[in-house]
Amino acid sequence: MSDFIFFKVYLHLWLIPLLPFAGFLLNGILGRRLPKWVVTTVALLAPLGAFVAVLIAGLPIFLPFSSAYLGHAAPTSFVETCPTPWIDIGALHIDFSFVLDQLSLVMLLVVTGVGFLIHVYSVGYMSDEEGYARYFSYLNLFLFFMTVLVLAGNALLMFVGWEGVGLASYLLIGFYFQKTSAADAGKKAFIVNRIGDFGFLIGMFLLLANFGTLTFTEIATKLGQDPGWQGGVVTVIALCLLLGAAGKSAQLPLYIWLPDAMEGPTPVSALIHAATMVTAGVYMIARTHVLFDHSPFALGVVAIVGAATALFAATIGLVQNDIKRVLAYSTISQLGYMFLGCGVAAYSAAIFHLVTHAFFKALLFLAAGSVIHAIGGEQDLRKMGGLWKKLPVTFAVTTVGVLAIAGFFPFAGFFSKDAILYAAFVQGGSGRVLWFVGLVTALLTSFYMFRLWYLAFLGEPRGESEHHHSTPWSMLGPLVILALLSTCGGWIGIERFSAFLAPATGARTIDAGSAHLELILSILAVAVALLGGIVADVLYRQKPTRPAELAAAVPGGYKMLVNKYYVDEFYGATIVKPLLAISTYFLDWIVDKALLGGAAWLLGGAATFAGVLLQRWQSGNIRSYAAWLAAGAAAVLLFVVVPWPAVLANLGIHLTMAGR
Amino acid sequence: MNSLLTQEVPLSWYLLLSALLFALGVVGFLIKRNLITVFMSIELMLNAVNLSFVTFAHQWHAVKGQIFVFFVMMVAAAEAAVGLAIIIAVFRARATLAVDRIDLMKL
Repeated sequence: MSDFIFFKVYLHLWLIPLLPFAGFLLNGILGRRLPKWVVTTVALLAPLGAFVAVLIAGLPIFLPFSSAYLGHAAPTSFVETCPTPWIDIGALHIDFSFVLDQLSLVMLLVVTGVGFLIHVYSVGYMSDEEGYARYFSYLNLFLFFMTVLVLAGNALLMFVGWEGVGLASYLLIGFYFQKTSAADAGKKAFIVNRIGDFGFLIGMFLLLANFGTLTFTEIATKLGQDPGWQGGVVTVIALCLLLGAAGKSAQLPLYIWLPDAMEGPTPVSALIHAATMVTAGVYMIARTHVLFDHSPFALGVVAIVGAATALFAATIGLVQNDIKRVLAYSTISQLGYMFLGCGVAAYSAAIFHLVTHAFFKALLFLAAGSVIHAIGGEQDLRKMGGLWKKLPVTFAVTTVGVLAIAGFFPFAGFFSKDAILYAAFVQGGSGRVLWFVGLVTALLTSFYMFRLWYLAFLGEPRGESEHHHSTPWSMLGPLVILALLSTCGGWIGIERFSAFLAPATGARTIDAGSAHLELILSILAVAVALLGGIVADVLYRQKPTRPAELAAAVPGGYKMLVNKYYVDEFYGATIVKPLLAISTYFLDWIVDKALLGGAAWLLGGAATFAGVLLQRWQSGNIRSYAAWLAAGAAAVLLFVVVPWPAVLANLGIHLTMAGR
Repeated sequence: MNSLLTQEVPLSWYLLLSALLFALGVVGFLIKRNLITVFMSIELMLNAVNLSFVTFAHQWHAVKGQIFVFFVMMVAAAEAAVGLAIIIAVFRARATLAVDRIDLMKL
């Protein structure tokens, strides 16, 4: 095997997060004083440097992999631990450790690679914006925390990155902070994520209590040593972690923040709220997969949550009119697919879909951004139409993206979605139900994506705004590269991909004997995607009045979908309103104003009153001071000179010390 | 007669005189309104104390008390210099030496 490693490359892993962090510091502190080209250079060098660093660091992992294909075993991963412990209290020992294995390598390549492309795109997209340097410093900060999250060797360090990307997400959703809706959306994302983080924290505490460690490899070892770890506390831990993952990855019931997060700039939606951060939940489940493997119940919950979210979000996506919201619900739905993949223990298929999804969803978002940029900030699909003539490149790449997400052969989405559906189907039993839900979702996905495509690019122009920005090459370049990736990204194939990931996610052999079944399922999936496209064609191209007629035919159902099943309203009435009432009437009025305020008022009043009385002493009259001094001296003299016990004894009073 | 002249003045007389002088000083300090008279009352109190110092020094044949008196006299002289300067400054600012009307730290 050593024959195949021609040179030994060693690169410190901490360089990978450090580069974006340096970019953040530079642009964050000095950005407003630096000329724009310096800001741009720094902002682009940080992710590019990180990407190159990932490539170099990953080389020893790639090389044995290619050799493994020639018949050699290749379990390779790097652990880099800071020599001084991070936390060392009693039995609790946590190190500052980074781990680079196949899983984190794939994830890092997506984060830094797609991240770099989106940085380039942002240079064009944000060029006229006020907070140019602020935007890029936040974006670099996000990359820093995301790489920490991915590289983390233990759950606590992962949590640091986890919270950090949440912070970066909050800052970037609220980038246009003068807009109330943007500021509110940022807060909503942060607060809803806090609920998930609560689950993650409880999960970590339980891990510490039961395993005494937070290091992923040690947990895996301990679980492997004792076959007694099955269900029970492992299920509880896994469900807590699932709550955390559901918060970050916008799954039922915590998905509500993601559609609102579209208030941020569109490249941010592409990078954070489609390609990378929201997939952190999937990554976390894959990283802690041993726990889920030991709890079939938790695994089943993951699958059900994923399938339900996929279908649920897809139905809402059918009727949305804001181009970014359609994509947001589509993202939630696709994340549901990844959870479904994790839930049937096909982790490599889930990660495969994560990668291809990062390509085509980033592409779709950036293309949507290019459309919005070109027609002057309009996001309503009803006011677009006929844009293919004005934006030929954007039209072409969007077509690729739509074909990829709908799952047409040979685009990337076909391979990954197929892998997940196949894994669900071969599980048998309830897996067939999950497969069917996934198939229906694929139909819906294909329909709403073609709907978007028809409404935005084909038909007659419906918008009144005629001013037309040209799209700079800094925006078109990333679009073209992502379109290429969305086309070819799946060609590596699930077998090779899962063989590569096997050391990190466990080797799971999907029974290979059913090549016919696989082919049938694939054809079925493509047929369903085709059907969705045809329905969209019938409704939106051939007779554009039909959707309105259809909506009028089922007014109840249509209203339900347009209002997103009233979930926001439901949460508002059952959680937000009661909390607000408790806060206002009990905490604010009774506790804060009456009890605490009253106590403070009493104390203050007593001090003021005493002051009013005592201030008479401070007359400023020197003779009164002297008189008090003389009186005091006389009193001391009287006390010292007069033999009080004797005097009192004469008066018949005896002083006795108590207890003597 | 002779014996009366050679006889020493008893200790209590000195102390009584000292106490009397001190009380006079205190009363003067408290009831007088002119700043200079108040100042003189302080001097009176100091000298009353000096008298008792000397008395006890003589009684116990110890020189420490007399040394103390020199210290007190020195401090009193310094105090007189500073005090009179302050009084002049106050008079210039306020055009009065009535103690009751000098009741603010602020000029």
